[in-house]
Amino acid sequence: MKKRTISLLSLALLGAMVIPGAAFAEEGSVLNVEVWNEEFKSRITDHYPGYEEVDATTGKIGDVTVNWIITPSDDNAYQNNLDSVLPGNVDAAADEKVDIFLVEADYALKYVDADANVAMPLEELGITADDLGKQYQYTKDIVTDANGVLRGSSWQACSAGLIYNREIAKEVLGTDDPAEVQEAVKDWATYTETAAKMAEAGYKMAATVNDTYRVYSNNVAGPWVQDGKVVLDDNIKAWVDDSKAAVDAGQTTTAELWSDDWAKGFFPEGKVFCYFGPAWFFNFCLHADEEGSVAYDGGWGFVTGPQSFYWGGTWICAAQGTDNPELVKDIILTMTTDNAVMKEIAQVDADCVNNTEVLAELSADDSGNLALLGGQNPYEMLAAGAENVDMSNISPYDQGCNEEFQGAMKNYFDGNADYDAALGQFKSAIVEKYPELTTD
Amino acid sequence: MTERERKERNSVHARRAVAYTVLTIISFLCLFWFYVLFINATRSNGELSRGFTAIPSTHLFENLNNLFHGSLPVLRGMLNSLIIASLSALLSTYFSTMTAYAIQVYDFKLKKFLFTFILAIMMIPTQVTALGFVQLVRNMKLLNSFIPLIVPTIAAPVTFFYMKQYMEANLPSALIEAARIDGAGELRTFNSIATPLMRPAIAVQAIFTFVSSWNNYFIPSLVLSSDNKKTLPILIAQLRAADWLKFDMGQVYAMIAFSIFPVIIVYLILSKNIVGGVTAGGVKE
Amino acid sequence: MTSNKKSRITSYNKWGYIFLIPFMVVFVVFQLIPLVTTIYNSFFENYMSGLKQVGPNFIGLKNYVQLLTQGDLLKYFKNTMIMWIAGFIPQILLSLLLGAWFTNPSLKLKGQRFFKTVIYLPNLIMASAFSMLFFTLFANTGPVNSILVNIGIFKEPYQFMSHAGTVRGLVAMMNCLMWFGNTTILLMAGMMGISDSLYEAAEVDGATPTQIFFRITLPLLKPIFIYVVVTSLIGGLQMFDVPQILTNGTGDPMRTSMTLIMYLNKHLYSKNYGLAGALSVLLLILTGILSLIVFRTTAKDELK
Repeated sequence: MKKRTISLLSLALLGAMVIPGAAFAEEGSVLNVEVWNEEFKSRITDHYPGYEEVDATTGKIGDVTVNWIITPSDDNAYQNNLDSVLPGNVDAAADEKVDIFLVEADYALKYVDADANVAMPLEELGITADDLGKQYQYTKDIVTDANGVLRGSSWQACSAGLIYNREIAKEVLGTDDPAEVQEAVKDWATYTETAAKMAEAGYKMAATVNDTYRVYSNNVAGPWVQDGKVVLDDNIKAWVDDSKAAVDAGQTTTAELWSDDWAKGFFPEGKVFCYFGPAWFFNFCLHADEEGSVAYDGGWGFVTGPQSFYWGGTWICAAQGTDNPELVKDIILTMTTDNAVMKEIAQVDADCVNNTEVLAELSADDSGNLALLGGQNPYEMLAAGAENVDMSNISPYDQGCNEEFQGAMKNYFDGNADYDAALGQFKSAIVEKYPELTTD
Repeated sequence: MTERERKERNSVHARRAVAYTVLTIISFLCLFWFYVLFINATRSNGELSRGFTAIPSTHLFENLNNLFHGSLPVLRGMLNSLIIASLSALLSTYFSTMTAYAIQVYDFKLKKFLFTFILAIMMIPTQVTALGFVQLVRNMKLLNSFIPLIVPTIAAPVTFFYMKQYMEANLPSALIEAARIDGAGELRTFNSIATPLMRPAIAVQAIFTFVSSWNNYFIPSLVLSSDNKKTLPILIAQLRAADWLKFDMGQVYAMIAFSIFPVIIVYLILSKNIVGGVTAGGVKE
Repeated sequence: MTSNKKSRITSYNKWGYIFLIPFMVVFVVFQLIPLVTTIYNSFFENYMSGLKQVGPNFIGLKNYVQLLTQGDLLKYFKNTMIMWIAGFIPQILLSLLLGAWFTNPSLKLKGQRFFKTVIYLPNLIMASAFSMLFFTLFANTGPVNSILVNIGIFKEPYQFMSHAGTVRGLVAMMNCLMWFGNTTILLMAGMMGISDSLYEAAEVDGATPTQIFFRITLPLLKPIFIYVVVTSLIGGLQMFDVPQILTNGTGDPMRTSMTLIMYLNKHLYSKNYGLAGALSVLLLILTGILSLIVFRTTAKDELK
C-alpha cells in the first residue's frame, strides 16, 4: 500500500517535471548559451517558468540541459570567443552547437550582419512583428541588419535622463522641482549657462566630460562610418567644443567613467550637480544603501535633460544552426514580450523593461516611486525617453569609434595636444582597429 | 684599539645604519601593497568608491562569504591554478636544467648553433605567436585542456638560459667525470649529481615559473572556457565584468587577496632554498 | 686505448642530443609552428572585418613598408626604451647594492632573512591588480594627491595620468618595484656560489668593502649579470601589461606611454595577422640586434 502511494507520487512528480520540456522533445538535448556575465542567467533562473538550476553553470528546462558558457569581456575575450565558434556553428556537433548568444548595443551590428548570418532572423524562428509590438523601436533598430531583417530581441529599454542633486539645485537654482530644473537644462545652451552658475557656486556641473558623450553621440545625423569612410558628425564635434569650454572653465573634469574621481559626486562632499544615466544606474551606481550617500537620503531628482538618449542593454540572439529553435523562440518570447514576466523583472530587478504596456502601468501608480529620487516616479519620463531615442544611425564600428574618440579627445581637453593632433590620433587608432576603413 | 680600527668600526656602524634605513624603506614599499589589498578586501563596494583610506573596515567576512557562496567556482579555480602552476614549474625547471646540461656538459657538432638558436627563441614575445598558438590548440582539439598551458613550459628558453649561466659558475666538470668513472649512467648522473647541485637555481626558477603561471591571464583566457577548468585570474576578470546587480569591488579585492595567499606560501617554502644560504656540498670553490 | 677513450667520449656526447629532445620537440610543436605561421602571414593582407575574413592576399613587403613609413614605430620604440631604462637603472643599482650588503661579511646585517624574503613579494601581485592599486592611489581625488595638497606642495590635485612624465614615471616605478626583488634573488643565487673564504681572504689582505664588491663579487657574478641584463632588455622590449592597464590601453597622453607590444596588441584586435606578423618580425630583428650588442659589450671574452 505504502509502496504504491510512493510510486504514484513519484509518477505525478515525474509528470509535473516532464511537462515544461515536453513541447521541445524533438529538439537537441543541450542548450548552449554564450554570455559574458551572469545577468541573463539570473533573469532566466528567477523568471523563466520551468527553469531549474543544477549548479552555477548548468540548469534544466524539462529534459534539456542548459549550459551557461561565460567568457569575460576583458581584453575582448567574449567577442573573440564568439568569432571563433559562431561561423562554424551550423556544422558543429549537436551538443556543442551554440543556441543562444547575447550581444551589447555597441557591437550588435557586427553579429546581426546579413552577410555574416550568424544570428537567425527572428522571423525564421516564427516570431512575428506583432509579437514584438510592445517593444520600443530603438531596441529593434540596434539589431536590424542592412536589409531591414530583425535578428535579436531585448527585455531592457535603457532610456536615460539627467539625474541631479536636489540640495545643489535648491541652493543654486532656487528650486528642486523636476519641471523647473528641466527648464535649466532643456538644451545645451541653457545647460552651459547653468554650468557656469554651478562653477561659480563651487560645484562641478557633471563629474566628467564623458558623462555627456552618450547624449551627444545618440543624437547624430549620420552613422560613424559611411561608405567605408569615418565621418565626424556635427553633434560629436559639438561635444568636443562644449566639453573643451567646460573643462577650461572648471565646470567638469576629464576623469574616466567608473573611476573614483568620477564616482565622488555620489556623496555630498563630491560637489557634483548631475549625472546622466538610465534606470539601472539609480541602484547600481548611486550607492543607495550606503549611509551618507546622496541617494541614501533620497537626494536625487530625475529629468529628461538636454536630449534623449539610452545607455546599456543586452540583446538575445538565436545562433544560426541551433538545434533547439522552439525552445529558443519560447525563451525570447517569454523574456522579451510577456507582460507578467516583464513586470516581475521590472519590480524585482529594477530593469527598465522593453514593454510599453508594463512601463505605462508602472508610471500610472505609486509602485514606480523611488525613494532615492525623493519619491519621484521616473517611469513616465523613461517611457517617453524610450520613444524618442533614435538609433537608426548606428554602424558596426560604434564601439571602437566611441572609445577611441573619447580617448583621443582627452588629450585635447587636458591640454596635451591641439584639436587636430588629437583628431589625428583618433584616426590612426581607427585604422589600426578597423584596417578596412579610411579616415580622409 | 688603533686609530684605524676605530675608524673602521665607526664606518661599519655608519654603513650599517644606512643599510638598515634603506632596507626599512624598501621593505615598507614592498609590503605596503599587501596592506592596501587587505584594507580594500575589508571594505564594501560603496566604501571603495569613496576612495582610499588607511583604516580597515568591517566587511571582510561579508566579502569572503559573498565570494564563496557566489556562483564562481573559486575553490575549483584555485585547484586548477595550483595544478597548472605546479606542473609548469616542475616540468619547466627539470627540462630546462636538462637542456642546459646538454649544452654545458657535452660536446657535439651542433652545440654552438643550438645554443644561439635557443637564445634567439627567447626573443619571441608571447603576444606575437598567441593567435597562431590558439589556432594550433584548436586544431589539436586541446581547447579546455590543461595540456597547452603546461607542456609548452618544457621549452622555456629564459629558464634554460639562467640554468646555463648558473652551471657555468657552479657545476664543476670534475664531479661529472668522477660520476662517470664510478660507472653511473648519463641520465643517473644528471638526476643524482647535477640536479642537487642546481637546487638554488631550480628553486629560483621554480618560483618565477610558478608565479608567472599563477598570474597568467592572457593565454589561459583564450584556451579555457568551461567553468570547471578556469583559473583564478580568469575568475577575477569575470568578477570584474559582473553585471550591475552583482558588481562588487569588495569581492574583487577579497578574491585578489585570496588568490595571492597560495603563492605567498609556495614562495616562502621555496625561498628557504635561496635566502637561507644553501651550502650545496661540493659547489663552492 | 686512445681510440677507445675517444669513442667513449663520443658515446657520452650523443647524450647531448638526447637531452635536447624534449625541449626541441615541445618547441617545434608549440612555438615554431605558430611562429612560422606568423612570419608567413606577414606577407599577406589578412584580417577580420567584423566576422568577415579579408584576404589572405599576397602583398609582398607592403605590410613592412606600411609599418616603417606610416606608423609611429620609432616613437613607440623610444617610449619603450625610455620607460625600460628609467625602471631598469634604479632596479639594477638597488639589486647590486642589496646584493653587496647581504654578502658583505663585515656588515653582519641582522634580519637578512626577512629582508631577502620581503623584496620579492611585490612580484606575487598580478600586474593588473597592482595597476589597479596605483590607479586608485594616484587618482585626482586619491590619497597621494590629498597628502601633497595638505602639506602644500600643490595647490590643487595634480593630474598624474594627464602628463607624459608622470605616467612614464609611474610605469617605470611599478616595473622597478615589481622586478628588483627578482633581480636581487637572481644575483644572490649567483652569489651563493662564491665562497666565503674568498671574502675572508680579501678582508685579511685589507681590502675595503668597495674593493671586495668590484674585484670579487662582480666578476664572479658576470654570467648571471649578463643574464639579468639580457632578459631585462628582452622583457623591457616586451613591456605590456603595466602601461596597458595603467593607461587603459591608450598609451596616453598622446601615446607617449605606448609601447611596441601595446601597438602590436592594437592590431590583434582586428586579428590583423598580416600587419601584426610583420610587426612581430621587426620586433624579433630589433630584439636580436639589441641583445647581440649587450652580449658583445658585456661578454667580450666569452665570445672570443
